Amino acid sequence: MSNRVELRFSGTGGQGLITAGIIFAEAAINAGKNAVQSQSYGPEARGGASKAEVIISDGEIDYPKVTKADLLLAMSEEAYNKYKGDLKKGGILVMDSSLINKEPDIDAKVYKIPITKLAQEEVGKTIVANIVALGAITAITKLVPKEIIEEAVFNRFPKAKELNKKALNIGFEAVSRCKEC
Amino acid sequence: MSEKKPILMQGNEACAKGALAAGVRFFAGYPITPSSEIAEILSEELPKVGGRFIQMEDEIASMAAVIGASLTGSKAMTATSGPGMSLKSENLGYASMAEVPCVIVDVQRVGPSTGGPTAPSQGDIMQARWGTHGDHPIIALAPNSVKETYEVTIKAFNLSERFRTPVILLLDEVIGHMREKVVLPDQESIEIINRKKPTVPPEEYFPYEPDEDGVPKMASYGEGYRFHVTGLTHDKTGFPNLSPGNTDYVIRRLHEKIEKNIDEILMVEEYFMDDAELAVFAYGSPSRSSLSAVRKAREEGIKVGLIRPITIWPFPAETVKKAAQKVSKIIVPEMNLGQLLGEVERYAKSDAEVIGLNRVDGELITPQEVVDKIKEVL
Amino acid sequence: MQELLDKYFRKDKLPHIWCPGCGHGITLGAVVRAIDKVGLDPIKTTVVSGIGCSSRAPGYMKFDTLHTTHGRALAFATGVKHAKPELNVIVLTGDGDAAAIGGNHLIHAARRNIDITTVLFNNSIYGMTGGQYSPLTPTGKLATTAPYGNIDQAFDICKLAIAAGATYVARGTVYNTTQLIGLISKGIQNKGFSLIEVITHCPTVYGRRNKMGTAVDMMKWQKENTVNVKAAEKMTEEQLKGKILVGELYSDTRPEYTEQYTKIIERLQKEGQQ
Repeated sequence: MSNRVELRFSGTGGQGLITAGIIFAEAAINAGKNAVQSQSYGPEARGGASKAEVIISDGEIDYPKVTKADLLLAMSEEAYNKYKGDLKKGGILVMDSSLINKEPDIDAKVYKIPITKLAQEEVGKTIVANIVALGAITAITKLVPKEIIEEAVFNRFPKAKELNKKALNIGFEAVSRCKEC
Repeated sequence: MSEKKPILMQGNEACAKGALAAGVRFFAGYPITPSSEIAEILSEELPKVGGRFIQMEDEIASMAAVIGASLTGSKAMTATSGPGMSLKSENLGYASMAEVPCVIVDVQRVGPSTGGPTAPSQGDIMQARWGTHGDHPIIALAPNSVKETYEVTIKAFNLSERFRTPVILLLDEVIGHMREKVVLPDQESIEIINRKKPTVPPEEYFPYEPDEDGVPKMASYGEGYRFHVTGLTHDKTGFPNLSPGNTDYVIRRLHEKIEKNIDEILMVEEYFMDDAELAVFAYGSPSRSSLSAVRKAREEGIKVGLIRPITIWPFPAETVKKAAQKVSKIIVPEMNLGQLLGEVERYAKSDAEVIGLNRVDGELITPQEVVDKIKEVL
Repeated sequence: MQELLDKYFRKDKLPHIWCPGCGHGITLGAVVRAIDKVGLDPIKTTVVSGIGCSSRAPGYMKFDTLHTTHGRALAFATGVKHAKPELNVIVLTGDGDAAAIGGNHLIHAARRNIDITTVLFNNSIYGMTGGQYSPLTPTGKLATTAPYGNIDQAFDICKLAIAAGATYVARGTVYNTTQLIGLISKGIQNKGFSLIEVITHCPTVYGRRNKMGTAVDMMKWQKENTVNVKAAEKMTEEQLKGKILVGELYSDTRPEYTEQYTKIIERLQKEGQQ
């Protein structure tokens, strides 16, 4: 059980968090690991609270949900407030600093990355914010090699390869720039 | 045989793919969360294999259309959640009485009534057993993983064809919506059972005359047998016969064809039961939490085992009876207020104490909760 | 007659359960004569019904027959037709079965224009359960559940079917069987959803309670209170007051549901081969 890693991607409906969860789980499987992805969402097709969970392990995954997250991606203040308590002490917190105007108030390794702003300004489309986040999470966790996550993203969006490649890279690079944050 | 690549698949998708592997050729349904993916996938895939999909005006009509299609020889299914199950119950009884094979998927969500569409539950266990009126047999299966959903969907079709009976596949929202690693088997390696067809000429055919195994042969509409099907109590000819003798015979025969062949239907897994002094009895998604909990408890030296029925109905009575003689207590974690607990008590009798662990808040029971319960009752 | 009996009836299931004087036997006779006239292959014909007096008809007919649950005949029939489109599918139903509990299935079968011929035996009452009012019971009439007179407004079920998308709609009476056989025949020949409403009579629980006389009197009532649509064109509003229009009320051509679906299958399978 020790190598079980629990990730929770949280934010608002329409941010593509479930898609990000699916891609990350798919990549983990392609990297030879075991993975389970699940989600919860409100009745709204867009808006409302949304979360996706990914469990990654080298062994069997019995319980498919997060109990204490190793990583929390927060892409809205509401989600941050709701889920910060479920993050392991000293766990990884990835905050979209362009959407959350708040200093983290928990014991965590914090990465403040303006995910949505980077998607908008550097890729040109807010819709790829989830892919920017995936790039960052891949760089931080090193659970999945970069080329495998790239392949999983392309597999999901075969018609927008260049756009998504750029988004992934920006997320990846943002982590190295953010060492001190 | 080449090693197949593992893929990430959703439970509802595995259900649709399993149905296709089993040979489903007809789907009638009505949109409802959390089951709609099954309809969506089959609306895309069925016409590719010459099958037919239809979105009906309601759940009652969906169930009716499925029965009509099955009578023409098609393997047919529908998928829904609790509110739709309530409506399908009417014609589910018809399928049982008229002995029409079909598969009904219920991806359970929190109820009663509209309840919580995206929140998991196991609140339809007793509805599956007794939702339709009258004494009727039922087969209900509850897988606990994506891969098992694929396999058990195939099994559901096989059992429905084998015994000319409706089979309910009881998923829950956790299983239906989660995605997991699966490696699908080659089609050639899958066992497929088809209904027995008559070989006699039409004038010698009795559509409800059972073979020795209790199951009658089934002709299809349009083949020249020109037979009658009714929901009224009928005799071997298929025509109404409401005499007390025949009524008693028919109702008992419907049950006997299941009971007599129970070994072909029952699927139960046991973990760490050999030296167990305490047992956890769990099915569907809580059985995953339970297995995790049992493993943790074992690490701490607690002699606890897990009984996991995949077949919920008919209930694995013998397994429970045997276990009750061995262990002192049986914990039954369920996402309801103790629906299957009553059955466990019924067969454990005074041999073992039966203790519930229940959640009805739309959240999956956690391994820690099961561990705590194990320690509490030790 | 003997020839028709031998060919289309399960003679060992006769006599039927209907009361003396009931119009349902005449209606069934007209259905069978229409099937014969059109020349349907009895092996490729499925007759489906729901629950009620009319719905017992398929049991007497030597076809593949399906006696279903109350109101659901059209839903079962949709499954039969969609799964095996080469079958001719005929639904025999009543006013309670089709217009009340099965009303939703009726409008949706019509909307899809699925190739099913529906013959609705309208005797204005729930006969089998003992005489309760139906959605086709005229206002003011008496029923066991309308002891002070029915205050409901009745459907014009033909207008409803036309509005919902049926491509052949007609109304006939058991009084005029020659016309009725013709209407049912055309309904069967229509490639799409057809509804033929048959005004039939229930002397036992409807006629008696409403003082309409014997079965013969009730058939005379049908003659006196119906007007052919063609004749009606030349009549004044005053002359038509209280009269029921009979004959072919609507006929049109629209894509048929199962044919449209077959086209999808053919297209996909062609693409699959490429």
